[in-house]
Amino acid sequence: MTVANIAASKSVHPAIVRLTHWLNAMAVAIMILSGWQIYNASPILPFSFPSWMTLGGWLGGAIQWHFAAMWLLMANGLIYLAYGIASGRLRHRFLPISPREIVGDLAAALKGKLAHDDIAHYNGVQKLFYVGVIAALILVVFSGLAIWKPVQVWWLTAAFGGFQGARLVHFLAMSVIAGFVLVHVVMALLVPKTIRAMIFGR
Amino acid sequence: MQWRKLLSPSDRDGFVKDAAKSLDLPSRRLFLKRAAGIGTIAAITGVAIVDGPSAEKALASMSKFNDRAQAWLFDPTRMAKTYSQAEITRPYPFNAFYEAKDAPEAGETYELLVGGLVQNKKAWKVEALQALPQATQITQHVCIEGWSAIGKWRGVRLRDFLVRVGADLRAKYVTFNCLDRYSTQIDMPSALHPQTVLALSFLDEALPKMYGAPVRLRVPTKLGFKSAKHVYEIVVSNDYVEGFWERQGYNWFAGL
Repeated sequence: MTVANIAASKSVHPAIVRLTHWLNAMAVAIMILSGWQIYNASPILPFSFPSWMTLGGWLGGAIQWHFAAMWLLMANGLIYLAYGIASGRLRHRFLPISPREIVGDLAAALKGKLAHDDIAHYNGVQKLFYVGVIAALILVVFSGLAIWKPVQVWWLTAAFGGFQGARLVHFLAMSVIAGFVLVHVVMALLVPKTIRAMIFGR
Repeated sequence: MQWRKLLSPSDRDGFVKDAAKSLDLPSRRLFLKRAAGIGTIAAITGVAIVDGPSAEKALASMSKFNDRAQAWLFDPTRMAKTYSQAEITRPYPFNAFYEAKDAPEAGETYELLVGGLVQNKKAWKVEALQALPQATQITQHVCIEGWSAIGKWRGVRLRDFLVRVGADLRAKYVTFNCLDRYSTQIDMPSALHPQTVLALSFLDEALPKMYGAPVRLRVPTKLGFKSAKHVYEIVVSNDYVEGFWERQGYNWFAGL
């Protein structure tokens, strides 16, 4: 087998990562769109989300979506993290993250000089982005549990500063995830081979 | 109908019409008609979303699954957090499916009726309920909409009441029917929780009309819509009943 063959057969994303990625995309989309409808029932900031960008039609419908998709989000996330940790993939792909690398790559990206030759290798900004969104997803799940069960898991709710504190953290974590999605989708569209890799593996 | 007799004479006609009007809410069950969001998801993920009615059915069965998950998570010995006098929310919010001025007024004839799987079906005057041992709590009311408020309630523990009327405590459910034609149902383990009370007093005063006079349920281990106001009938049974909001899609267990 030649070096070229080995390189060609090397998958950028194993099947389990591709599957969990798209299931996660679906779960996150449902959670955010239904979450915006739920938010509208009692906004914590001086604005509401336009109803056309929400899911569920009204509070009761949105909650049904939210509390159905939460199981998908959690189960799928656990599978992804378990695989990523057990296989060493998370560590290999995302670590180490050095501030110097982030600053350098960010500057290069803003000048339009950031190379994307090897999509299996993440630059500093990408590493920060992916680790950041994973952290935000973990935070959104825990703050969500604190909102869902403030009596049964009172200690978790207390850790977020009570029920209203948990709502605020839940909203902020959502904002980070929504911001990530925006940038992530734009970047993927700019470098379409990354989309092909996330569907077909390479 | 029985419940009408329990209202004050002035409320008997007017309120009935109003309540009937509010019950005819603009077909909230058809929430999936608003499918713009679903289109967005389909576009994002490339996943075909099933049509409205089957999605609604799937969501309803997920809600039933969530009932079971919550019953399993419910710890009957876990108390809702209690607060200090200074933490009480003032003014305490009014919330219902109608405006405060339309809250029903109980008449002189008011009695709390008891039905279903109980030995003693004698009706209870408010004074008789006040003569029973009372429990006080300062707890947080968490609304499904997202807001919360801390209030001080005093009344009869539902557990004590159920024991006193000889209720079959192995029955699955306790249903509450209300003067404003509201209704809801809770599971027996939650009914027997020490903080579940039939509140007769708010902030050390007789329960005001806007907070559910003359008798309201207070269940700090469940979302606020389960704390039914203006209760006129308590029914112990094994028949699963969806109340006012549950019929429209709110989760039945609604535990905190």
